[in-house]
Amino acid sequence: MNTKERKDLAIWAVDYAKKQGASEVAASVYNSRSVEIEVREQKIEKIKESTTNGLSLNIYRDHKYSGHSTNNLNKSDLQKFIKEAVEATKYLSADEFRELPDPSLYPENLEKDLKIEDRQYLSVSPEQKVNIAKEIENIARAQSEKIISATGGYSDDYSESVKVHSNGFIGERISTSFWAGGEVTVKDDDARPEGYHWGGSRFYNSMPTPQELGNKAAQNALRKMGQTKIASDKYDMIIENRAVPRLLYMFFGPMQARALQQKSSYLEGMIGKSIASSKLTLIDDPFIEGGFASRLYDGDGIASQPRTMIKNGVLNQYYIDNYYGKKLNMTPNGGQPSNIRFELGERNFDKIANDIKKGIFVTSFNGGNSNPTTGDFSFGVSGFLIENGKLVQPVNEMNISGNAKDFWQKLSELGNDPYPYSSILSPTMVFNDIDFSGL
Amino acid sequence: MKATINRRDFIRAGAITAVGTAILPNLLSGCTNGPSATGNNMTLHDYLEHFGVNQQMIQEIIREGLSKGGDYCDVYFQHTIGNYIGLEDKAVNRAYSDISLGVGIRVLKGDQTGYSFSEEISMDAMKSAARTAANIANTSSMIEPIAFENHKLPNYYVIKTPWEEVSINEKIPYLQQINDKVFAMDNRIIKSNVWFMDETSYVLFANSEGRMTFDYQPMGQISVSCTAEQNGQKEQNSFNLSGRRGIEFFTPDNIDLLASEAVKRTTDLFAAVKPKAGELPVVLAAGSSGILLHEAIGHGMEADFNRKEVSIFSDKIGKKVANEFVTIVDDGTNPNIRGSINVDDEGNDTEKTYLVSNGIMTSYLHDRISSKHYGVKTTGSGRRESFRHMPMPRMRNTYMENGPHKKEEIIESVKYGIYAETFTNGQVMIGAGDFTFYVKSGYLIEDGKLTQPIKDINIIGNGPKVLADIEMVADDFKMAEGGWTCGKNGQGVPVSMGLPTVKVSKITVGGVNA
Repeated sequence: MNTKERKDLAIWAVDYAKKQGASEVAASVYNSRSVEIEVREQKIEKIKESTTNGLSLNIYRDHKYSGHSTNNLNKSDLQKFIKEAVEATKYLSADEFRELPDPSLYPENLEKDLKIEDRQYLSVSPEQKVNIAKEIENIARAQSEKIISATGGYSDDYSESVKVHSNGFIGERISTSFWAGGEVTVKDDDARPEGYHWGGSRFYNSMPTPQELGNKAAQNALRKMGQTKIASDKYDMIIENRAVPRLLYMFFGPMQARALQQKSSYLEGMIGKSIASSKLTLIDDPFIEGGFASRLYDGDGIASQPRTMIKNGVLNQYYIDNYYGKKLNMTPNGGQPSNIRFELGERNFDKIANDIKKGIFVTSFNGGNSNPTTGDFSFGVSGFLIENGKLVQPVNEMNISGNAKDFWQKLSELGNDPYPYSSILSPTMVFNDIDFSGL
Repeated sequence: MKATINRRDFIRAGAITAVGTAILPNLLSGCTNGPSATGNNMTLHDYLEHFGVNQQMIQEIIREGLSKGGDYCDVYFQHTIGNYIGLEDKAVNRAYSDISLGVGIRVLKGDQTGYSFSEEISMDAMKSAARTAANIANTSSMIEPIAFENHKLPNYYVIKTPWEEVSINEKIPYLQQINDKVFAMDNRIIKSNVWFMDETSYVLFANSEGRMTFDYQPMGQISVSCTAEQNGQKEQNSFNLSGRRGIEFFTPDNIDLLASEAVKRTTDLFAAVKPKAGELPVVLAAGSSGILLHEAIGHGMEADFNRKEVSIFSDKIGKKVANEFVTIVDDGTNPNIRGSINVDDEGNDTEKTYLVSNGIMTSYLHDRISSKHYGVKTTGSGRRESFRHMPMPRMRNTYMENGPHKKEEIIESVKYGIYAETFTNGQVMIGAGDFTFYVKSGYLIEDGKLTQPIKDINIIGNGPKVLADIEMVADDFKMAEGGWTCGKNGQGVPVSMGLPTVKVSKITVGGVNA
């Protein structure tokens, strides 16, 4: 199916559902292709190629709502599917807030190029892909005799979707991404600590090099040798840029309209108030060129726009989707986070770490969770003990615990080093007096 | 972002985040040729008809898969129908459905895997997918597939009424009843969400060694979450029941249980405190505390990790790893339990596998590739999320058998520690052996008695160390009743777990420093 056929199918599905009795309809038709390769000992361990298609429908029938999806795009099967979907909707309770977004919220300009599609996607050969994975494995394995297993990996994907709403919205989107990385395990007495490093890009030609990926994967494993847990205490905590997103999810859940409306957000009633240290300015920016979450419209078809969510520690706005926005009588502005960037600090990791007398450098989180209603959290961590600016001991098997309300006030510095391989471009962050549990 | 946390396998308590799925009176008929039969009584003929194929066609696809010199090929047809109905703000006002149909084709050459799938059940599309998977091999010799023999399976999930025969308007009253009970039970409740989820999967499997199996896999779940408010403080918690069950499982008693447990688990949190930070004795309540086994040992015993020597258990088979009263199994045969399977997803018989027998480590969990590598019989642990995924060794229902102690004596033996009762999620680093799980609620133990409730703390330990530190095991085994989904390499599969009351002498507990 080509792009035009997909669009025609979505338009047909909307019309057909309306004929069956739907008052309003939103339809999406999508196609995605992907390749995943894993190489070990210079042999292909696994290769998987996928092509997937599907149609999803949101049906509004006199303010009753249901959603449906199928990957069976045979026309006569779809007719039956849509008919039954519309029929089943009538058994539900009416909900006055169930309707498509006001058309004034749809984007006016869909021409903006976000640079998220590599038109060369199809011209990358299977050999090139396998060779990237092989090279990463070789580079990683050459780092140390202590390595007992190294794998190189490569994956890419191409996704295309068209979205049609019965009240006038039609959007199309094509994106690509290319990822590669390595995973390394080292022997360390009884334990076999592992490290990984993956990186990616929207464009094949700007992928990180196998050199970078293989080296970092190996170093991330090797530096864990000799890890141990240390005494429970309050420590200053410096967090590696790539690990920071785990903490930010403590904001993203409670900032959503659903959490507010369902009374399960510790951030309810906090607009205009301080929820973090004044060092924190967090911007949701859907228009970053090549960004992993760049978009012109969200899942409701609502126009995306850059917005400052937290300004100098003060909560500026929530994520408001169409349905819960109506329920809360708040104007929808897009219900899901896109790319996240920060007002950056002045210094890089080395300079920041150099000033830490005694602290823990957290490089990864291991499990744990947070409670969006109260802000309580507890996460497993591993990393390094820092004394007088030096990493002196790898640590693991420890937890940090606290409450988000106090925790974010303890943020004392952001680095100038945003992590590039994520939609969350987080820099190194430093927090003071954090509760660690260990021995 | 994808693929960056491959080796950190996680588990989560199934709740409101279940993907896709939903409702509809008879939506299953989204299949190519329409259903000729439903439920437990289908024959091989019905399955072939259901997918619109015959044995010759399947043989032809397998031959295509082997055309480049692969040693082995299998095909996995799957048709899944999911229905999902939700209640929020006291009304059943949302429903979702999902239909997924396709065939996965796998070709093996030694330990190497080529995989592809087709969502279109046509000869052209299926042969094209088979050619893609075939490329893992590159030799001129070709193995001839063996003629199919239908392999008869046991049925570990007999249900009365197939979900396709239950219409949306039959399910709606369950949600309403639970919601009414939740609000009637405690006037501090301010919000309640209830979800009714059912899924039905038809699977037809065949391989180049002549094995042919088919299976009908039902799943039902009701989840309740509520938010309560007291003196300006809000708390939220949830409870769910899940299994390979039909609607008959949701008896009046179970409906009462869903409402009362959700309310109790939420309102108990108002009085909850945090324990002291550090290493403490931990008593695990009977039931879903089996998450300890899932994380501390289960993942590390999946043989793909051991074949690559990346698991902390890679050289532990035959060695003493725990006290002699510790026996740990992974079992696919428990009637109607969420992780049970009649057959694994590569056509092999399931079984009850002893991971640790009287303190001695006995067996890994094997799929086809690892069992060939080790030269042992497969344990029937090859599982996959769907036809879009290749199988790998996975857990089913992981639990510890009863031991010699009593719950009361276990609690009395603790001076200061915690009693962990309910959990939301866990995770493990396979090589380092560090595992964690998140305790949603439990109690402090002070001077041998349960005292104040506790909430929201993470526990982190090391697999082999914690196994060795299991000091007492009671005789009150209980299987978890909730909807656990285990994630590994991006694939989710339903599992369960169980435990009698168990005492671990020390694990690091998240908490506050004085």
